[in-house]
Amino acid sequence: MSVSSTSPAVRFEAIVKRYGGRAVVDGVDLDIAPGEFFALLGANGAGKTTLISMLAGLTRATSGRVRVLGRDVAIDPIATRRLLGVVPQELVFDPFFTVRETLRLQSGYFGLGKNDAWIDELLHHLGLASQAEQNTRTLSGGMKRRVMVAQALVHKPPVIVLDEPTAGVDVELRQSLWAFITGLNRQGHTVLLTTHYLEEAQALCSRIGMLKLGRLVALDSTHALLSRFATTQMLFRVATGVLPAEMAARCKPEGHRIVCVVRDAAEVEHILASLRAADCVVDELEVRRADLEDAFMQVMNGSAHAAEDLRQAA
Amino acid sequence: MTGLSTLFRKELLRFWKVSLQTVAAPVLSSLLYLLIFSHAMTAHIKVFGSVPYTAFLIPGLAMMSVLQNAFANTSSSLIQSKITGNLVFVLLSPLKSWELLAAYIGASVVRGLSVGLGLTLVALWFVPLEYHHPLWILVFAILGASMLASLGIVAGIWAEKFDQMAAFQNFIIVPATFLSGVFYSVKSLPPFWTAVSHFNPFFYLVDGFRYGFFGISDISPWICLIAALIGNAVCGGLAWSWLHRGYKLRN
Repeated sequence: MSVSSTSPAVRFEAIVKRYGGRAVVDGVDLDIAPGEFFALLGANGAGKTTLISMLAGLTRATSGRVRVLGRDVAIDPIATRRLLGVVPQELVFDPFFTVRETLRLQSGYFGLGKNDAWIDELLHHLGLASQAEQNTRTLSGGMKRRVMVAQALVHKPPVIVLDEPTAGVDVELRQSLWAFITGLNRQGHTVLLTTHYLEEAQALCSRIGMLKLGRLVALDSTHALLSRFATTQMLFRVATGVLPAEMAARCKPEGHRIVCVVRDAAEVEHILASLRAADCVVDELEVRRADLEDAFMQVMNGSAHAAEDLRQAA
Repeated sequence: MTGLSTLFRKELLRFWKVSLQTVAAPVLSSLLYLLIFSHAMTAHIKVFGSVPYTAFLIPGLAMMSVLQNAFANTSSSLIQSKITGNLVFVLLSPLKSWELLAAYIGASVVRGLSVGLGLTLVALWFVPLEYHHPLWILVFAILGASMLASLGIVAGIWAEKFDQMAAFQNFIIVPATFLSGVFYSVKSLPPFWTAVSHFNPFFYLVDGFRYGFFGISDISPWICLIAALIGNAVCGGLAWSWLHRGYKLRN
């Protein structure tokens, strides 16, 4: 199938989705480049799954356009479905069939009659080889999730959409799944991921978008987001002595410890020196670097200005 | 292999894997009807002149089984897939709406004809049958099955709960098939009920099908054929339209 190589892998243009007058997606503009590993983050109800459903053609936008590799989902739904491999969030399976039958049938829907080599590869990489002849209804939740991932990949789609693929699954699956998906991404497959496991997004994704109440409130590279919010924190407990006034003004208590935001190691040394000078004895000392979760919390709970700054920066 | 043939095969496998429930059980139920009605009514009912009542009953029961099972196949497949959620993998595939329609109807026709044929073959052990116009038999069996399969798609899309599906089946399909002349000739009814029977689309399917066996029918088989074609166009058209629009399938 010919697709435009210059087009974004996924393009959302001024997407609005309303249910009964309430906007669940409110004017989202977003481009995801071919080969990108992109994370879409947001709290429950932020509009992530609705956005993905519109991309997959399962939900129609109230207004705006969605394109996959240059093709409009509303105008050319059959072609765009061939370009997409979607792992839905809900755990679903067909209780009539074995794992292998399920994957053969899914291949057949895409016109792939002889696909056993790739099916075997999928079974191997997703740890399903020993369950291949087992009925899907007898599998555990994690195994069923693996089958869904395999179903989405049977036709080797250029754009892979994973809607919370690791929700409720064990560490082993997560690691094997991400190793496999990262490999596909290196081969050029675009990956769009939604997840509540922010450490996964931080480790895997080159760019991140954050949705809040249907609006895209942050969009930047993972590195830029972390840099913006990379406020290293120094935590300690004052075992004996009184915290100097200067320190009390710039730091805040968190449980039984004091938290100070620091820029670098020199500032840590400066604080320690000030504490020593005030005859304070400190213990439980920890220097913690902010992660994506901190960035996420700041964007979600922070001021509208912070979100606006991020949008403009993007 | 095309998407259409795959979905067709999947729908065949779906009922074949539980064939005891989807084929053997309906054959047995119809045989029980045959046994009870033929035993109780043979002495009381005269139909089509010289045709024995038991022989008259067999095509009617066969057609009733064809219709009910064709309906059950599409409707149960869709409602189960919708409620369990696995329909999403069909909706995410590049299958066109006409391919979905053809695959679902095709598999249902096979199930309907399997049950009808099974019943007829078993019944032949007890009662010899005539086959005046085999082509008419085949045409009406296929048209009846495809019409009810389309109606099953409509019901499967419309129903959001098993309860609603059961209501559709028990309050529309079952009464319409029972009152379509399966157990009697509508000519034996009072004039008012004969006229009412002509508004039942299933009557034309049963009567045309029976004509193929005996060469006798309550009305012209050509009228039955036209009614069957109109029924198929209406039900198939509605089913295609809903699949194409994604009515109740895509938000």
